[in-house]
Amino acid sequence: MSESVLEPAIEIAAVDFAYGPKMPTVLQGYSARVAKGSVFAILGPNGRGKTTLLKLLLGALKPLQGRIRVQGRLAFVPQLFQVSFPYRVLDMVLMGRARQIGLFSLPSKADEAAALDALDRLGLADLAERSFDELSGGQRQLIIFARALASGADILVLDEPTSALDLKNQGIVLEWIARLRDEGLTVLFTTHHPHHAHAVADDALLMFSQDDYACGPVDSVLTEVNLLRLYGISLRQVAFEHEGEELASLIPVYRGLRRTAEGL
Amino acid sequence: MTASTQTLSTDFTERPKPGDGGRLSRFPAFTRADLLILLLFVALLALMIFSLTLGRYPVPIPEIIKIVATTGFNETRPYTDKAWVVVEIVRMPRILGVTLCGIGLAMAGAAMQGVFRNPLVGPEVAGVSSGASFGGVLAIMLSWPMWGVVGLAFGFGMGALLIAFGLAKMAGKSSMLALILAGVIVGGFFGALTGMAQYVADPQTKLPSIIYWLLGSFVGLTYEKVAIVAGVTLFAGTLLLMLRWRINLLSLGEVDAQALGVNVEALRWGVVALVALLVAAQVAVSGGVGWIGLIIPHIARMLVGPEHSRLLPASALLGGIYLLAMDDIARSATAQEVPIGLLTALVGTPVFAFLFWKMQGKGWNRE
Repeated sequence: MSESVLEPAIEIAAVDFAYGPKMPTVLQGYSARVAKGSVFAILGPNGRGKTTLLKLLLGALKPLQGRIRVQGRLAFVPQLFQVSFPYRVLDMVLMGRARQIGLFSLPSKADEAAALDALDRLGLADLAERSFDELSGGQRQLIIFARALASGADILVLDEPTSALDLKNQGIVLEWIARLRDEGLTVLFTTHHPHHAHAVADDALLMFSQDDYACGPVDSVLTEVNLLRLYGISLRQVAFEHEGEELASLIPVYRGLRRTAEGL
Repeated sequence: MTASTQTLSTDFTERPKPGDGGRLSRFPAFTRADLLILLLFVALLALMIFSLTLGRYPVPIPEIIKIVATTGFNETRPYTDKAWVVVEIVRMPRILGVTLCGIGLAMAGAAMQGVFRNPLVGPEVAGVSSGASFGGVLAIMLSWPMWGVVGLAFGFGMGALLIAFGLAKMAGKSSMLALILAGVIVGGFFGALTGMAQYVADPQTKLPSIIYWLLGSFVGLTYEKVAIVAGVTLFAGTLLLMLRWRINLLSLGEVDAQALGVNVEALRWGVVALVALLVAAQVAVSGGVGWIGLIIPHIARMLVGPEHSRLLPASALLGGIYLLAMDDIARSATAQEVPIGLLTALVGTPVFAFLFWKMQGKGWNRE
């Protein structure tokens, strides 16, 4: 599923960005295409501008140069979701309907139905009456997915969806990303885990520096050479067989850290 | 689609049992909260009628109901009709004004806590109260008539808000924290001006009325003053009520709300301006009456939950009930009337301390 075949959901064309006229450039000449119905991963070390790029996509920031075109409706799933007040889950999901609800109106029966339907689609209807702040981090993540569905969005933007979760929950979130893609949504996420991008994404953007990046199908961009450049440590592509299936993943290389027999 | 959905795991922790959390069915919170709001409304009406009976001159409840039901505001009866004078001219404006102030302050507090995403803030944070207080004091010093006190208090209250807005904008990003700091600056400035005014005021003629006004009191609330509170409260309060669901979105935080399609800046400043109107109107007619906007939303939240489309009406009604009850105590507990501002602070602070302890810092610090 590579870019040229499908219509783009998001097109980033030669974008430059800095936080102010005298501030250092964060992004320079970034271009990328996110195909409709694909999963797109953004990778880069801390402070390289992943979150800035997301804010540009969401329209919270404006590029100095270049153009960002979004075809469809975006929904954003923040990294750590904390609420100031312990809203009910259903009320949280209803907030996804903000665009459909007039400035001076309350949610209608139709909005409520859409919210419940979104919860239902993710198998979360049982949680509707629970208080959002009683839920685990992973459950909250799913509720925010439901909120995005309820909003009628077709593009989901996730900021490090797995970073606050344990291994099992990371797996569940990846599973859900694939599931949402199967429902026809475009999913774009930032991550610190190249193996997550490798597992679920079609395309990836690697942010080497403010003006140097690689963007393309996961198999051609997530190479050992690129990842060494990106993170400054070696990662190896490994292929293995698991329950009769040929699989591949990426693992970081750590060497000479454990005490060896001679060292003892 | 649903069938295949079930096969995917959602069990991040144990799967919740339906009806978990002490709730009975799918939408019980709606009906329960609606019922509570209705009960509060009835309670407020009952308290208003009861309050009309309070005072030196006894008027029995049936007589009061008859007077209220049969007398329009335009109809004047002979002033020899003592019961009519006491109910319609003496007690009624005060009760209406107090109720409206309580409604306005509590709703302002609930809205402000939502906008600032922090249950610790009150409607006074933007410096409006201090500005309005100074305006009132200035008018008293200039021996202006009553409407002058009201007008100047109102004008200075809104002026303080504009200065606070300006300072916050100057600080670069118009963040809510910047507005709170600007409110502290503006509040400090007008506080100093008020102190200066007290210092130079004539201790024989002006100072007592200044101090009494600053302590907060509804003594001598006339229909003219009520008209001011009513006009502003109906206007700003109605708009705020209409926006109440949107306040939920503001409480999510900037980036998230923006991604949901909310014009965060405009909505936020709009809500803060409406809150300032409500506060200025109250200070203008009754001086410094504090703590309503801070504690009433907490109690309302315990009753109907944090969702603002239910919280704002519940807070409004509860605020009316609370302030009216306080005013009843202020005017009838002792022979000499106690300034209500003292009472609300004396009751408000321990209640707030209790809430603080009960919440154990939950949700107090999320910026």
